[in-house]
Amino acid sequence: MLFFSYFKELVGKEVTVELKNDLAIRGTLHSVDQYLNIKLENIKVVDEGKYPHMLSVRNCFIRGSVVRYVQLPPDGVDVDILHDATRREARGS
Amino acid sequence: MSFAGPEDILLSTSLASYLDKKLLVLLRDGRKLLGILRSFDQFANVVLEGACERVIVGDLFCDIPLGLYVIRGENVVLIGELDSEREELPAHMICVSVPEIKRAQKAEREATDLKGSMRKRMEFLDLD
Repeated sequence: MLFFSYFKELVGKEVTVELKNDLAIRGTLHSVDQYLNIKLENIKVVDEGKYPHMLSVRNCFIRGSVVRYVQLPPDGVDVDILHDATRREARGS
Repeated sequence: MSFAGPEDILLSTSLASYLDKKLLVLLRDGRKLLGILRSFDQFANVVLEGACERVIVGDLFCDIPLGLYVIRGENVVLIGELDSEREELPAHMICVSVPEIKRAQKAEREATDLKGSMRKRMEFLDLD
């Protein structure tokens, strides 16, 4: 639940999602769910020449199971709050 | 798609907004399917109507019609909403027939296999 809550805080921010098939997509985080499925808006594919089929895709849904990384803006994270939440979660379980 | 609390309702990552839209579905095996979303569930199992597979080899492409498809969610990588105001493919790409794209696919596969086997033969030399 921790990461679900964490991503909810990031809705509206620009992120780059790198998938396990090496496709990387930059976009605005529209929504996330408990499986960490992600919906991005106004996407821009990194290295778009390699993926011509993605040309007209503006919004997309990404299945959580295929995500390798979610790259965030460096100032998009309040690390202290994240630390506290993690400690609380570790203590609780 | 998720057990949403009242504050989460607005935030749900649901495919409902994609219903009856023409979508691009990327599969784990690298295939690209296009079609109209008619149904989905919490596993991202998906029903596509009028599905076709868009095969791209270099600058050549071809849409192979498939009909009504049920896709198991575990194979889904990405579901993209196609913007009707933008071109689906770059202008320099050439639409070819099904036999021609299959020939191009075979040639590409053979070239990759050849590269792979040549690399294996060179590996024992330990050049790097």
